[in-house]
Amino acid sequence: MSFTPDIRLFSCHYTSQQSCAHEGKELQELGFPENIQLTRIPCTGKLEVSTMLKAFEDGADAVYVVGCPVDGCHNVQGSQRAAKRVAAVREMLQELEVEPDRVRMYHLNRGLHPEFIDAGIEMNQRIEKIGPSPF
Amino acid sequence: MIVAERKPLAEILNMVRDCKKILVLACRGCVSVCSAGGEREAEILASLIRLGMKKNGKSCEVIEGSLVRQCDREYIEGIDQWQGQYDAIVSTACGVGVNFIANLRPADNVFPALNTTFFGGSAEQGIWSEQCAGCGDCVLHLTGGLCPVARCAKSLMNGPCGGSVDGRCEIDPNVDCVWQMIYDRMGRLDRQEEMAKSAPIRDWSTAGHGGPRKQIRKDLTVS
Ligand code: SF4
Ligand code: SF4
Repeated sequence: MSFTPDIRLFSCHYTSQQSCAHEGKELQELGFPENIQLTRIPCTGKLEVSTMLKAFEDGADAVYVVGCPVDGCHNVQGSQRAAKRVAAVREMLQELEVEPDRVRMYHLNRGLHPEFIDAGIEMNQRIEKIGPSPF
Repeated sequence: MIVAERKPLAEILNMVRDCKKILVLACRGCVSVCSAGGEREAEILASLIRLGMKKNGKSCEVIEGSLVRQCDREYIEGIDQWQGQYDAIVSTACGVGVNFIANLRPADNVFPALNTTFFGGSAEQGIWSEQCAGCGDCVLHLTGGLCPVARCAKSLMNGPCGGSVDGRCEIDPNVDCVWQMIYDRMGRLDRQEEMAKSAPIRDWSTAGHGGPRKQIRKDLTVS
């Protein structure tokens, strides 16, 4: 069954800073999946577990977070905190007997790199394979 | 403080399986400090219950609320503000809070969201450890301030026992032998002599072995 997943991306200003270039068109031009809804936050360390869960309540099939490299976060430990919260949500999904891979953390370099686009494509392919959210 | 942790989700979902309207009620006391049942955790739990119910094909309304504490009559009365909006309360307080709701609200269904684990403290962020068992007859003046009731696996009154090896307890090599710690500390304080006295046989009736405990402060009661 093919479907277009509803994917929510939370990314810090630093790793997604060029997503706004050309009025947001640059991402599309580079092949970033259009079904990924990007929310930029000052630092992924600010992202709450409840925000990720609310995204699922709101109909998301998957949520992923892009923050700075583990040892190179603009806010020192922000992306490490985010990774721990993502891990907590993965455990919660497991408790609900839902695929934990619907939530992922990516640590990427700041600025717009091919990896940012690749992560989006990878996430999209993964969720197309897993299927729609059971919620 | 009282330390607690969330119960497995499946257990909570099973408790509320037939509910149509749930109030997830946070406590802003101890359980908020140990990040088990404060407003943030209640918000997460409410989300998880909504997701779990939905996945199980059940429709259910889940609202969130919070009280300053759930272990005082005057705060429990605050539940009136949600009257009519729930058919069950899932309390994220410790067991005391759940008991208080059950005591004071005879018509309300109340379920515990947490396992209340121990009285302890956090020496390191995110890690809590048991320090006191509320035995009702404190002996810390005899043990250099380190509790043998809560921290010795056998609650010995004059350890260490023969299972103490290199300062570790025989139940687990990662657990410190508190009696070794007491011995070392008393030595540092030049009070090791005090340990030569053998402890008298202890009356455990204050420790809950004499039924539920109650405390009355005549200077504070109103009637
Ligand atoms: S001796 Fe009793 S009251 Fe004192 S710390 Fe230990 S358990 Fe608590
Ligand atoms: S080894 Fe120490 S802590 Fe363990 S039971 Fe014996 S006295 Fe208690």
